Amino acid sequence: MQGEAVIRVRGLVTRFGDHVVHDGLDLDVYRGEIIGIVGGSGSGKSVLLRAVVGLLEAADGQITVFDESVGDTGSEDYRQLRKRWGVMFQDGALFSSLSVLQNVEVPMREQLSLPTKMREALAAVKVRMVGLPDNAMGKMPSELSGGMRKRAGLARAIALDPEIVFLDEPTAGLDPIGASAFDDLIVKLSRALGLTVFLVTHDLDTLQATCDRIAVLADKRVLATGSIADMQGVKDPWVRSYFGGPRARAAWSGTGAR
Amino acid sequence: MNSTGQPAADATQPPEIGSADGVFALSGDFVMGGIDRLSLPKDPAQIIDLSGVRRFDTAGAWAVVSLERRAEVVGSRPRIRGASPLQYDLIATLRRYMPVEEASLTRRPGLLDYLERIGRQTVLACSKALSLLGFLGRVIVTVSGLLLRPRRMRWTSMVHHMQQVGLHAVPIVSLMAFLIGVVLAFQGAAQLRSFGAEVFVVELISISMLRELGILLTAIIVAGRSGSAFTASIGSMKMREEIDAMRTLGLDPVEVLVAPRVLALTIMLPILGVIANFAGLLGGALMSWIELGVSPGVFQSRLVSNSDAWHFGVGLIKAPFFALIIGIIGCFEGMEVEGNAESLGALTSVSVVLSIFAVIAVDALFSIFFAVAGV
Repeated sequence: MQGEAVIRVRGLVTRFGDHVVHDGLDLDVYRGEIIGIVGGSGSGKSVLLRAVVGLLEAADGQITVFDESVGDTGSEDYRQLRKRWGVMFQDGALFSSLSVLQNVEVPMREQLSLPTKMREALAAVKVRMVGLPDNAMGKMPSELSGGMRKRAGLARAIALDPEIVFLDEPTAGLDPIGASAFDDLIVKLSRALGLTVFLVTHDLDTLQATCDRIAVLADKRVLATGSIADMQGVKDPWVRSYFGGPRARAAWSGTGAR
Repeated sequence: MNSTGQPAADATQPPEIGSADGVFALSGDFVMGGIDRLSLPKDPAQIIDLSGVRRFDTAGAWAVVSLERRAEVVGSRPRIRGASPLQYDLIATLRRYMPVEEASLTRRPGLLDYLERIGRQTVLACSKALSLLGFLGRVIVTVSGLLLRPRRMRWTSMVHHMQQVGLHAVPIVSLMAFLIGVVLAFQGAAQLRSFGAEVFVVELISISMLRELGILLTAIIVAGRSGSAFTASIGSMKMREEIDAMRTLGLDPVEVLVAPRVLALTIMLPILGVIANFAGLLGGALMSWIELGVSPGVFQSRLVSNSDAWHFGVGLIKAPFFALIIGIIGCFEGMEVEGNAESLGALTSVSVVLSIFAVIAVDALFSIFFAVAGV
């Protein structure tokens, strides 16, 4: 799976006041892979995601996406960069004043100059691709269930056919059936659109079902990367209890490690 | 997506379709960034050739499927040539998901939609009025039950709310009433002076302040200050399921949350009204003295001899009713909050608007009643 690194993080340091979240973190994400970021609560998974997409300023270190630095890029370059990635936030983060279809149209409206009919047609394609029914298009976010909001958030994230999609806890708060349907969706979409997926999760089943590679965050850096099978060999106590616990064994026994 | 792995820094080539004998040769970048410069040929295609395409994404697949659909209108089914597996998959996805009708998906609302909306709003308003009435009934029953068994009353909570809605509102209420008194004296003086009837400014101030303005303006300030606070605090408890937790523990939310607030407001609003009356008279007297030379002694003696005590009574009778309206509406809207922060914000503003409106409407009813009763 070693190819061109599309995201490269070197020596990342982030801190909130005196609290250091990452201290010298290194990570590479390669084109076309689905990488799962795991770690205990408060280990800075979501903070890492926010730093990579430029929502959070790093105290030190370099983050490049497509060889463009995220931190100190001119606004025009950064705008170009944003066309090439999509972000799905934990609860979808849909704009509450817009319908689902309008939410998906927002990135197209802002970044491109498409004719209205075509924009609507393409947005409708994306809404259907994430498995939402047609009658959901005109609904407001407050009328949707949690799972549907996440799907709509994913539709907005892939609206511009990005090369990288960032997903923050995509299956948190979903029931097991909804969660495994979402796992399938992530794999299917990443194949169909050739996506690189940067996935932050707690969910062992999601890791098992979707990820090509896993990066474990602990002690303020990336402790280990590799496939699920590789994780079994890591000596660190946290990694052992995470990947060797009863829940993990239940997840692996379902389909067998990939 | 970037199926050929070209960095996007490359200059994009505009997409072009060259057609010859039903063979459509696509060339350039068929991506969202440039697809708006593409015009689809009108004549039907037999073969769509993708071998010249550099970059290809959903927008490109949209163009291909649109060409296919145009050809299908005249009954032919074009073949696709030179597509990579990934491109072919994307086209297949679009065939499945692309809307058949190109008509706009967002319909413009017509007259019927407006009528339907009016109907819905009316029904909604009526059912809300009914449940508000039901809530009022429940609160009255609960409060009378509490009065019969005072040991069940939450005294600490009630005293706390009396401090919140009463004591803490004294500065703003008295300043507001003082300024209103000043304004009345100032405006009245300008008018009355032209008749040489300056001294009647005392009646102007005392009657309008004691009968109407003192208590009405106090109620409006309290509605904005405490009614909204009731909605916000009960609403956020509802949002975090605290109310449901109370019910499962056998606690009645009306008894625990609503009754102390409503009772505290009913006790404190008349007191605030009295304070407002005094502050208003003080402001009026001060301004009359400065502006018209009516000395405080004259002001006091005219006030005592010419203003009936009933003016004060008429104003104060209304206070508990206003308090009940503000308290009931504030708590009711709080109980209506659903699981999200938007409804909390919306209902807090509804609570303030509705209670101010209801206070003014009831004040008008009282005016008519007192006029008919001849008080």
